[in-house]
Amino acid sequence: MFKGKKAIVIGERDGVPGPAIAQCLLAAGAEIAYVTTECFV
Amino acid sequence: MSVVVRDCSYVLVHVPSFIRYGSKPYRDISVNGGPGRDLEKKIYERVRTYEEVVAYPPNQVFIGNLHPDALRDISQPWYEHPVPGAKRQGKFGEIFPEDEFYGWMKVADDFDLIWLTPEFIQTVRQKLASSPFANEVQLKKLGPGTPLDKILHKVEDDSALPLYHDGAVVGSIRRDHDADDSLKAHILLENLLAKTSGALVMYHLFKRAGMKPEEVDFILSCSEEAVGDRYNRGGGSLSKAIGEMCHCINATGHDIKAFCAAPLHAILDAASLVEAGVFNHVVVVGGGCLAKIGMKYSSHLKHQMPILEDVLAGIAFWVTKDDGINPIIRLDCIGKHPIGAASNQQAIMTSLVLKPLNKIGKKMMEIDRYATEMHNPEVTLPAGSGNTPYTNYKIMGALAAMAGEISPSSIEEFVKTKGMPGFSPTQGHVPAAVPFLGHALEAMREGRMKTTLFVAKGSLFLGRMSQLSDGMSFLLERNPKNKVE
Repeated sequence: MFKGKKAIVIGERDGVPGPAIAQCLLAAGAEIAYVTTECFV
Repeated sequence: MSVVVRDCSYVLVHVPSFIRYGSKPYRDISVNGGPGRDLEKKIYERVRTYEEVVAYPPNQVFIGNLHPDALRDISQPWYEHPVPGAKRQGKFGEIFPEDEFYGWMKVADDFDLIWLTPEFIQTVRQKLASSPFANEVQLKKLGPGTPLDKILHKVEDDSALPLYHDGAVVGSIRRDHDADDSLKAHILLENLLAKTSGALVMYHLFKRAGMKPEEVDFILSCSEEAVGDRYNRGGGSLSKAIGEMCHCINATGHDIKAFCAAPLHAILDAASLVEAGVFNHVVVVGGGCLAKIGMKYSSHLKHQMPILEDVLAGIAFWVTKDDGINPIIRLDCIGKHPIGAASNQQAIMTSLVLKPLNKIGKKMMEIDRYATEMHNPEVTLPAGSGNTPYTNYKIMGALAAMAGEISPSSIEEFVKTKGMPGFSPTQGHVPAAVPFLGHALEAMREGRMKTTLFVAKGSLFLGRMSQLSDGMSFLLERNPKNKVE
């Protein structure tokens, strides 16, 4: 689905962490340009 | 198992004048010219009075005068429904006003960093003199004060930050080095506020528990600051500084740094030291975090709310040998989020909840209550950060459903019966499950509850050294020797 696409991933500590989102996007063919998890609480 | 949490204390300090020095407001106000000045003015049109802070229902829960469940019966927004007859003194501690706190800051200051005007010193001296915690030596440390013109000169030459109360300059805090960022005024202020609020909550622990300071063997600080200098920016030992201020002459200590999960790491370390027989009485203490003050001010302004992040919080716990009365820490049921575990919520909660419970043969539904990230949702929802306790309880409920213990349609019931509304100030480490420890202690002593699992996470990724999350959990259990019903 994301073959040929690059992704910037921002996750949330109490939601879905960045690495988990990145794994899904990798499986869908994306190239991960940047991944981080933030904590807004 | 032979380790108990014998007692605890919680304090809040109302610090409206320090909202300007919280990390987010400070950066935004520092924008040059009109926008910064206008913003400061707008913020200060929305600050609460001390009386409003005392009567704020979540704050009354925090200091032990209300149970967290009581918040379900209070209409929201809670800041429009004050608790009638609310007191500054609580079962677990106290809510301090800002002027008294300035006096305690001066007592905590061993390097003449803080100057206060003679008029203001006079006011705070009178208040501290009637405190059960202040002795003659400490009152002498207040000194005569420094004239306002000298204070303003120090501020003007850029080596000090002005300190305010009720809109007026009442003092300053100076830098202690002209080329060391770790000793600049703003950082020293952050450190001093953590030390001072940590000392106040420790005073309360001794008072509540009937403990003498000289009984303390070891102190673990789980505060959020970085005491140090340019050669060792987080060198630490705020634990020992707090212990000194509290006259713990037989103790030493060190600081636990684990982002928000630090209180649970510290309690685990304390319990392990006692269980191993290394020390008898270990105090875990967390002072308040200036950086978090006013973090979500912009959304509170946008929604025409009061600035709710206007309090520092302090937490303290006494961990010691089994006394046959107080709840035990089940050291055979410790949850950790290991480096090799995945980062998704299911993996985190499996590590922190399912695995440790399975290890001792318990199911999730056998646990009376879960304490998780207890952030006050009134603070976080307007900012788009969600209802953190509710989110975490739903994940736990989903885990129970996946484990086959409940049906998916019962997840909301799980949230209601095993969880509770959030009530803690968003001070980073403070909301990490432990705000419920005092309430759990009481309930278990009195035979009203048997078990609570304390679960908290840490945001290691914020330091940009690892993408990893962290978390710890421990099970608190009614002492089997306590036969009170």
